[in-house]
Amino acid sequence: MEAILAQKTVNVNEEGYLTDLSQWTKEVGNEIAKNEGIEMTNRHWEVINYLQEQYKNEVALNIRKVGKSGVVDIKEYYALFPNGPLKISSKIAGIPKPISCI
Amino acid sequence: MDTQDNKPVKKMMLILSKATIENVYACFILANGARMEGIESEIFFTFFGLEAIQKEKLDHLHVATVGNPAMHIPTMLGGLPGMEALATTMMKKEMDKLDIPPVGEFLEILAASGTKLWACKLAMDMFHIKENNLIDDLDGVLTVGDFYQRAGGEGSHVLFI
Repeated sequence: MEAILAQKTVNVNEEGYLTDLSQWTKEVGNEIAKNEGIEMTNRHWEVINYLQEQYKNEVALNIRKVGKSGVVDIKEYYALFPNGPLKISSKIAGIPKPISCI
Repeated sequence: MDTQDNKPVKKMMLILSKATIENVYACFILANGARMEGIESEIFFTFFGLEAIQKEKLDHLHVATVGNPAMHIPTMLGGLPGMEALATTMMKKEMDKLDIPPVGEFLEILAASGTKLWACKLAMDMFHIKENNLIDDLDGVLTVGDFYQRAGGEGSHVLFI
């Protein structure tokens, strides 16, 4: 289905995740973050950049991997994106919701 | 999902009473999975579950090969020396492929994620375990009454493993 985020029409799934990363812009990410109640800072964007890179390299993400990335540790990851860091940051990054139990 | 009929889970209170690897991981994955969904989680380590938070023991836990029909090893063979170690090594290899961390690292992840880790006072007294034998990330020692008090609130669930 389609959604309008930051005045841009994008394709999303029923949970609001972008289905095509090429439609993502920083403004779109900002809008998703706002809807999730998150005020984006440089630290947030560094994590988002990392997630997008991993997705482009077809690396399956999980909390452990993000924690070991050197970009952010697990404690800070939870502080930046409370209420579910991996799923919320993935949504903001415009990548699919990671399928992981770890 | 959070309609009136489908009230969301807000807090998972897990009680770990066993120290076989399959039970410890079930508990840790449930606790961590809760935090990943924005759900609070706490673990109360009691009886043999205390092994999973003893510094000297936590990285030497085993899978049970005796009395576990799902292992598909005849009970007589499961009891042979080295069988538990072998089965455990095999299981750990598979877990590593799935990026499931070892027990010690998993506890660090849980603590960093905000999962509260509690030791049972009675079981510690029974097994003569001192708090300094337990992991540094422990949030404290509780009685069962303390644990129930923490379990209050709507959407809170208690699970015994």
